[in-house]
Amino acid sequence: MSTIAATPPPETRERRYLLDREGVLGPLMLLPAVVYIIALVGFPLGLAIAYSLSDVTIGDQGLDWVGFRNFVDVAKNGTFQKALRNTFLFTLASQVLVLTLANILALVLSSDFKGKRLVRFLILLPWTTPIALGAIGWLWLLDSVYSPIDWVLRQVNLLGPGTIFGPRGNMYWTAKADLAQLSVLLIHTWRTLPLATVILLAGLTAIPQDVKDAANVDGAGFWRQLIYIRIPLLLPIMAVATLFGMVFTFTDMTVVYVLTRGGPIDNTQVLASWAYFKGIEGGNLAQGAAIAMFLFPVLVGVAVLMLRMARRTETT
Amino acid sequence: MAGTGTALVGVKRAGARGIIYALATFFALFAALPFAWMIITVFKQNTDLYTRTNNPFLFNEPPTLGNIDLLVTQTKYLTFVGNTLLVAAAVVLITVVATVPAAYSLTRLAGRWGESLGIGIFLVYLVPPTLLFIPLSRIVADVGLNNSRWSMVLVYPTFTIPFCTWLLMGFFKSIPWDIEEQAMIDGYSRLGAIWRTVIPISVPGILTVVVFAFALTLHEFVYALAFVSSSAGKTISVGVTTELIRGDVFFWQALMAAAVIVAIPIALLYNLFLDRFIAGFTLGAVKG
Amino acid sequence: MAVVETRGLVKQFGEGAAAVDGIDLASADGEFLVLLGPSGCGKTTLLRMIGGLEPPTAGDVLIGGRVVTNLPPRARQIAMVFQSYALYPHMSVANNIAFPLKAAKVPKAEQEKKVAWAAGILGIEGLLDRRPRQLSGGQRQRVALARALVREPNVFLLDEPLSNLDAQRRASARDELQGFQRRVGTTTIYVTHDQVEAMGMGDRIAVINQGRIRQLGTPREIYDDPADTFVATFLGSPPMNLIPRNGHLLGFRPEHVAPRQMLEGAGGDLVPIHFLATREEYLGAERLVYGEVEGAKAVARFPSTVDVPAEPGRGYEFAVLARDLKRFDAATGLRVAGPA
Repeated sequence: MSTIAATPPPETRERRYLLDREGVLGPLMLLPAVVYIIALVGFPLGLAIAYSLSDVTIGDQGLDWVGFRNFVDVAKNGTFQKALRNTFLFTLASQVLVLTLANILALVLSSDFKGKRLVRFLILLPWTTPIALGAIGWLWLLDSVYSPIDWVLRQVNLLGPGTIFGPRGNMYWTAKADLAQLSVLLIHTWRTLPLATVILLAGLTAIPQDVKDAANVDGAGFWRQLIYIRIPLLLPIMAVATLFGMVFTFTDMTVVYVLTRGGPIDNTQVLASWAYFKGIEGGNLAQGAAIAMFLFPVLVGVAVLMLRMARRTETT
Repeated sequence: MAGTGTALVGVKRAGARGIIYALATFFALFAALPFAWMIITVFKQNTDLYTRTNNPFLFNEPPTLGNIDLLVTQTKYLTFVGNTLLVAAAVVLITVVATVPAAYSLTRLAGRWGESLGIGIFLVYLVPPTLLFIPLSRIVADVGLNNSRWSMVLVYPTFTIPFCTWLLMGFFKSIPWDIEEQAMIDGYSRLGAIWRTVIPISVPGILTVVVFAFALTLHEFVYALAFVSSSAGKTISVGVTTELIRGDVFFWQALMAAAVIVAIPIALLYNLFLDRFIAGFTLGAVKG
Repeated sequence: MAVVETRGLVKQFGEGAAAVDGIDLASADGEFLVLLGPSGCGKTTLLRMIGGLEPPTAGDVLIGGRVVTNLPPRARQIAMVFQSYALYPHMSVANNIAFPLKAAKVPKAEQEKKVAWAAGILGIEGLLDRRPRQLSGGQRQRVALARALVREPNVFLLDEPLSNLDAQRRASARDELQGFQRRVGTTTIYVTHDQVEAMGMGDRIAVINQGRIRQLGTPREIYDDPADTFVATFLGSPPMNLIPRNGHLLGFRPEHVAPRQMLEGAGGDLVPIHFLATREEYLGAERLVYGEVEGAKAVARFPSTVDVPAEPGRGYEFAVLARDLKRFDAATGLRVAGPA
């Protein structure tokens, strides 16, 4: 009770308890993260837009306004069409594959069998491995001379003189345009499949047991349950998985950089890798930024879709 | 009747089992084949590896540890590992220091705006390095960090902070408010209550942040490639892919060793913390 | 010890009706004051504002005559027991109890003495090394009380501390809690939605609905002289019967209904009631007879020891003593003075 007598004057009292006020402490605690993001994501994003509208190069760092010239120049470039087509091809094709395979794989992993933990570990490997290192592994797996895949094909008489894959003893995976594209596509599928699978698996296990029980009691068989219960209940989570897969594939340059460097003759070039080659290796920062800018609309679209998904899960 | 019925079910069961095992094997092979090939390669002698007619999946000559020795002693691999660990440790530190208060603020102090703001911050994670590396390389040069490991320390939190804030928010939400309010009643300030109750209770969540900030740092490639060109400052991802395949000389066995040595521990780490990771990625659409 | 007072206290969450809508309340020193009301009535918000966990939109909180409205909880010298008991899961029972003392920078030796003293009062000396998750509900409650007691606060704030106990344990906990409060003599504000707890433990009860105090008084006052129809029907189970008559509502408790001839010797004016029985519930110690009075639903309660005929489908001439009849305004629900 002695504290009552020793009440300090109101002004110092306010200051002493300033950090107890939620309206003061809340923004203060958020500040470091927000400042970081504004300074090193928001500001560079603005700078990227400014670059794409200027003539900046590594040699001449001055920002002179050139309007949309970079975009026009880039769009006229033959490589642009290839890169644009490849970016969308790799993204869409790999994600269609991933969605199909992930559904099957999630079903497999949701049932009990021996060695499930090992299988899960192995299946996760492509996702947990840094993509540059995974791509190196593929580069060696698809080697133009020592590829073990080629060796297997030769053993079963699919490759070599007088066979369907031609007279030479190797496929030259990364040297032929169509095979190189197929390889990039497969690596993206390989890499994003684990994420989609575990997300779907989480969704599958979250289906309430009484819903499954009710379906069993109602006499619904495997396919019926799949079509009428699992897939509809999983749709939102599938959308989430696909959106993540799309972002990671769409913006990736590492696979192409390590595997083909965009070749042969730009046939596997994607927007991201081309932006790197032009902007950093070629030194034309403005054009590099302009190329990367073409990723932007799609990312905004994905972000909007994600916000909607999150809103919906919030309200239910 | 009953007998044939159960027999039929039994056959069906066995069939379903067979399909499950077949699919599991197929997918495991698809996922792990490159790794199997990498691991076999690590221990192969040159003459074994570079003979086209040899069965590549067998050791036609005795396995050797010489390639790992080569990697460690003849290349800058240990420098890359050291750089990576240094960068990762610094990034983890920055991430935790920024993320813990931010996630707390968003779950406890921001009221209705917290969740929306949290999702907004999470979306920043989706802004790809490929969009930002050009302007960031300029910024990095301007602050004098060009070609330095510290450039990565500066930039990597731009993706670890958004992702880990979101992860931690999920964790803080599961701690009852009562506990910290009790601490405030018991005579502590809000900050004191956080320090003495929220933080100790959240150790598993903070550990998750540490693991994923670390893993994301190891995964990063684009910024590292764009910012650092001298081999003394390179991290594993970039060092291995640029320094060990210079020109036409490929040290394939050493290269594969370099990759596998990193890949396996990270995979184990991920497996330990997978559930929390997935909880973040499902945007709350799956309630565990 | 201290008096707790609120002056025009208001709490508004976002738009819409205020959760606490202008409450003036003053406890007596050392009193056991119960805040009683249905869930969502604002009683917990009121308690949290007294504790400093929720800043009021308007009004003031005074503890021991000092305005503490803008002070954080730690500057208020209060103790609070949450519904969940909010024990620190990462600390032993001893450390849980010592936690407020550490905040007050009490010397180590003194801490140990006080922990032992508080644990002794609550009879939990044997649990000091355990972790909260190893305790039963009743044990957790005692640890929470010991932690509240140990810093000798001016005021105890208790938020439904018995709601996590099973029904059997709750009766003995009521007894213990009240005995404990009488012993330490600290002003206590106790939030509950359970009228049995309120009636059984409170020196006074504040009945709260929609953010306002409907009535403040002793359990007897609240029950026998309800200020309005809300209080009349919130307390008592079954609640007070309300029969519309002449623009008023006539209220009488089910236990006050009896056959006319049985009341004639009771000394007092009788008000006759024609009771049409529809259904009967036999509950062992008593019988509840449901029926209609002048078209409105009503209940009569008879002890099983008294044989009152009440067959469903038949009408009976019952009566109520005039002094047991309360009159309420039909429009406002407020009590109207004067005889029925």
